[in-house]
Amino acid sequence: MARKISFQQAINEALDQEMARDPTVILMGEDVVGGTGSDGEMDAWGGVLGVTKGLYGKYGNRIMDTPISESAFVGAAIGAATCGMRPVCELMFIDFLGVCFDQIYNQAAKFRYMFGGKARTPVVIRTMIGAGFRAAAQHSQCLYPIFTHIPGLKVVIPSSPYDAKGLLIQAIRDDDPVIFCEHKALYTMEGEVPEESYTIPFGEAKVVREGSDVTIVALARMVNMAQKAAANLAKDGISCEIIDPRTTSPFDEETILESVENTGRLVIVDEATPRCGMAADISAMVAQKGFNFLNAPIEMVTPPHTPVPFAGSLEDLYIPSPARIEAAVRKCAEYA
Amino acid sequence: MALALSREDLLEAYRRMKTIREFEERVHVEFAKGGIPGFVHLYAGEEASAAGVCMNLNDDDKIASTHRGHGHCIAKGVDVKGMMAEIYGKRTGTCHGKGGSMHIADLDTGMLGANGIVGGGPPLVCGAALAAKFKGKGGVAVAFFGDGASNQGTTFESLNLAAAWKLPAIFVAENNGYAEATGAKFSVACGDVSTRAVGFGMPGITVDGHDFFAVYEAMQTAVQRARRGDGPSLVEVKLDRFFGHFEGDNQSYRAPDEVKNVRANKDCLKRFSERASQQYNISAQELTTIDHEVAKLIDEAVAAAVAAPEPAPEDLLTDVYIKY
Repeated sequence: MARKISFQQAINEALDQEMARDPTVILMGEDVVGGTGSDGEMDAWGGVLGVTKGLYGKYGNRIMDTPISESAFVGAAIGAATCGMRPVCELMFIDFLGVCFDQIYNQAAKFRYMFGGKARTPVVIRTMIGAGFRAAAQHSQCLYPIFTHIPGLKVVIPSSPYDAKGLLIQAIRDDDPVIFCEHKALYTMEGEVPEESYTIPFGEAKVVREGSDVTIVALARMVNMAQKAAANLAKDGISCEIIDPRTTSPFDEETILESVENTGRLVIVDEATPRCGMAADISAMVAQKGFNFLNAPIEMVTPPHTPVPFAGSLEDLYIPSPARIEAAVRKCAEYA
Repeated sequence: MALALSREDLLEAYRRMKTIREFEERVHVEFAKGGIPGFVHLYAGEEASAAGVCMNLNDDDKIASTHRGHGHCIAKGVDVKGMMAEIYGKRTGTCHGKGGSMHIADLDTGMLGANGIVGGGPPLVCGAALAAKFKGKGGVAVAFFGDGASNQGTTFESLNLAAAWKLPAIFVAENNGYAEATGAKFSVACGDVSTRAVGFGMPGITVDGHDFFAVYEAMQTAVQRARRGDGPSLVEVKLDRFFGHFEGDNQSYRAPDEVKNVRANKDCLKRFSERASQQYNISAQELTTIDHEVAKLIDEAVAAAVAAPEPAPEDLLTDVYIKY
């Protein structure tokens, strides 16, 4: 199959291919070019971690640096979307939603409904999520449950380079507002990615690993953590099925329910804090719709209900680890 | 500057202002009778602003409005009957009864929406102006906002972004002296909102919002600048509202005879009629004819809205997404 590229390159390639295909696709955000109005070179950064590097050279003024004014430029992306453009806007860290949230949840998310089905807001907001970089409490969160809570938004959370490319192309072509969450610890992850353009539909979970004893549902970086745990558990004869929902809105309930019907046991791993998070949400869904399938209480592996700590020793405790996942799976598997 | 308005334009401007006035006076009455649900914020008294601004715009130009948005809608050409039905929450409304007074939008006429969030519109207008810039056909976008929103960070950010990106945007601050019940004399720390333009590197001007001609001329300059590609402007329009912040507001924060005096001495329709007759030879008869037509239109709009069906139960679940 395909060559291997990184998660970060996969995102760059998706943006590149869509900008080449569709002249209404434009990019904006803080330092997405990097260098505008400075005395040095343009495209100096190409995004704070270099994800959009090189696009300025190809697409010029279709990729725009912004002032540090999230409300204004996120709102501008949304406004431009209602006027025929397909903006991809970068909210550098999801933690910054607090300085622009109104434009997303009261404006973009509601136009279609409030305006009686007449608005079309094809905007993508790309944003970094996740802990693990010693970036502390305001640059490490997984706030996607907040977006998932809002009707009118779609929320995408890829866990591999292949999914990142296909889901981002789908997001750009999608006619509804999409929040596209990129886990910063995945940017360097390599994987097979076709060179040609392709899309992955929203609302279709991926069975990452097939198994028969316990179902593990995991998102983003937690998919990799779950895979490590599953590999260890396999040595002890515990067979895990890992499901990555890939999008939390829309959400594929069916794939999870089918798996739980098979295994009778469910562990949900989520890097978001536990209260009103995805783990709680999925747990409630399965308790309601799959109660008769369950042979054990549902286990949730999440961080504690605390902010993300700075000190490495604490942050490592905060993030769900393969060891914690393993323990939860064993507990679930052993329940009689 | 020469006024770019023909006789027909002036009659059209009058028609729009009169339609807004009749619409709002009637909504006031019908609301008091209990026929209209929810929160309603009336624009009566401020008509010269909406008309003075929108007479400079064409269908491709965009506006974003506020919670006090009926006037902007009418001035931009949104169907009056659809608006009235929307305010009544009926299926025949502009938004099929799912938006209401604070969320009337009509993208076909370039009306990007009234807005329930103070300061919600300016960022969106930056985007509309950006889209116009990419299209390259000289389109402009206008953000209406009040003295209240003039203190919102979203407005400041948008002024700065519009200037940094040199967008074809015009920011129209409708300063009616009150953010809800709090006086602009207190809350707008710099006095005139227009002086803030200096801080964002764009021209700013304050005009008498009771005077259609003053608003029109200031906007003409700003729109021409935007269409030329020279960037945004801030136009402050000082005016007075005839009604409260919302319907049901007893307005005890206003001076005892304030509204009475405003109606007697600062009525933009009276001022327009006087000047139209003195300077442009428009007869009282011509205006009266428009008055009758407008009265009939509003009567019909109310009757149709009252008679219209409620949304169907299945409408609850539709149009959340285009595809889900």
